[in-house]
Amino acid sequence: MTVSELVRPLLPIIAPNDGHPYVAGSRCTECGHTYVGARDVCAKCTARDRMEAVRLAETGKVWAWTVVHRSFPGVATPFVDVIVDLDDGAHIKGTLVDVDPQAVTPDMPVRMVFREVNPAGADGPYLTYLFVPA
Amino acid sequence: MSDVYVVGIDMIRFGRFPDRTVPGLAAEAALLALDDAGLSIRDIQALYCGNLGQANGMVGQRMLAEIGQTGIPVVNVANACATGATAFRDAWIAIKAGLYDTVLAVGVEQMGKGLLGGTGGGPSPEGLVGSYTMPAMFAQIGIEHARKYGTTFEQFARVSVKNHHHSTLNPKSMYRKETPLEEVMGAEMIAYPNTKLMCSVNVDGSAAAVLMAEEKVRRLGLMDRAVRIRASEMSSNPFAERQMAMPDFSAATRLAAKSAYERAGIGPDDVNLVELHDCFATAELVHYENLGLCADGEAGRLIDEGVTALGGKVPVNVSGGLLSKGHPLGATGIANIYEVATHLRGKAGARQVEGARIGLTHVVGGGPGMGTACAIHVLEKA
Repeated sequence: MTVSELVRPLLPIIAPNDGHPYVAGSRCTECGHTYVGARDVCAKCTARDRMEAVRLAETGKVWAWTVVHRSFPGVATPFVDVIVDLDDGAHIKGTLVDVDPQAVTPDMPVRMVFREVNPAGADGPYLTYLFVPA
Repeated sequence: MSDVYVVGIDMIRFGRFPDRTVPGLAAEAALLALDDAGLSIRDIQALYCGNLGQANGMVGQRMLAEIGQTGIPVVNVANACATGATAFRDAWIAIKAGLYDTVLAVGVEQMGKGLLGGTGGGPSPEGLVGSYTMPAMFAQIGIEHARKYGTTFEQFARVSVKNHHHSTLNPKSMYRKETPLEEVMGAEMIAYPNTKLMCSVNVDGSAAAVLMAEEKVRRLGLMDRAVRIRASEMSSNPFAERQMAMPDFSAATRLAAKSAYERAGIGPDDVNLVELHDCFATAELVHYENLGLCADGEAGRLIDEGVTALGGKVPVNVSGGLLSKGHPLGATGIANIYEVATHLRGKAGARQVEGARIGLTHVVGGGPGMGTACAIHVLEKA
């Protein structure tokens, strides 16, 4: 998916990549655990300097979810908050859109998309990842 | 190493006191605990003071300015929802180390209403990258339990029915009102499956305890009011597969529980009552299993069968719990210990767990992207 190169990423883990964004991750070459975002030391096996930067998978399955009806002021509700087990073994939190909240089920296949959004408290659009049913 | 006893302990009735100060609330509980022990602030050799909201505000020293500046060492403690229990444990450690024989631990908090945290300044990921609200985090923990074991919305809701019922018997609870199942399930949905009545109450409160070395308890003739600390254990979150996405409160609780049972030389079957961290109704069921009160997957059955209600085999949160008594973050850990100590002393009135000899307290806190602090205490009638 191509998005405007000018839109700022909402989180540091979102790599704009010249309009072909992805979520940055890292994998421990010692134990194989895959993390969201960059890091130097493996929290799981404690290995140092064994991390390689990876581009996280864009498909996965819903592990847990909730429908959030009350959030902070300025945040639109309801929305579906999901914990997704990505196909590369990473685990990531996100918002599931384009779905009936009642239809979310365990292990529901989802995929990551990138869209311009207007976050609460922002002065303009930002780039974020979202999940949609796969 | 000396055994350590609680010889004085008390709490204020939890509520909303916007016109008071944090040190003022702390001072009230400290004086109540000293009076309970029949001691003066001059008898105290060190103070451990737990508070989150003014963690850099030297609350302990400001409290002493209100009740007597004797020049004792003061340590101000902040450790998420385990803050009060951490201050209590630090007092226990100081006596165990032989540095002091009489130490005061205080927990205090003054809170606003509504959701903890906020979007802060600048663009917020809230709603776009899931939710950073506490109710959402604990909702997902409930959904995780449901996907593993089939736990139902109704079973989670029963926790609130039970704890609100318990609180009607506790004069120190913020709320003292029955909430029938239909009312709990029909209340405003905050984050499924937790409705508003399944979320703990943000309140102001304070609690304090005087801890003493065994030899001095005997010398002062205080054993008749003493409660023995059989175990004081803490943990942080060990690595968990989904920890970056979903805070894990279970692994830390299991670690601390295992250590606490080993240290006390008992098992879960020996425990007569439990005050555990029911910050949300979903959390209470998960912690039944984490604390070994039942096998994994059995928590729903426990609540359905009334095992954890007053009169059941192991009553849980007879005080009303965080759900009804209220959850002033820094005070909760010591307030839980107050509740158990009161039962072990046989002074719990209408909510007394008959014949209680051993009780367990549990707090666990943390937040998204932060980590977990867990503290468990095992207390025994002296």
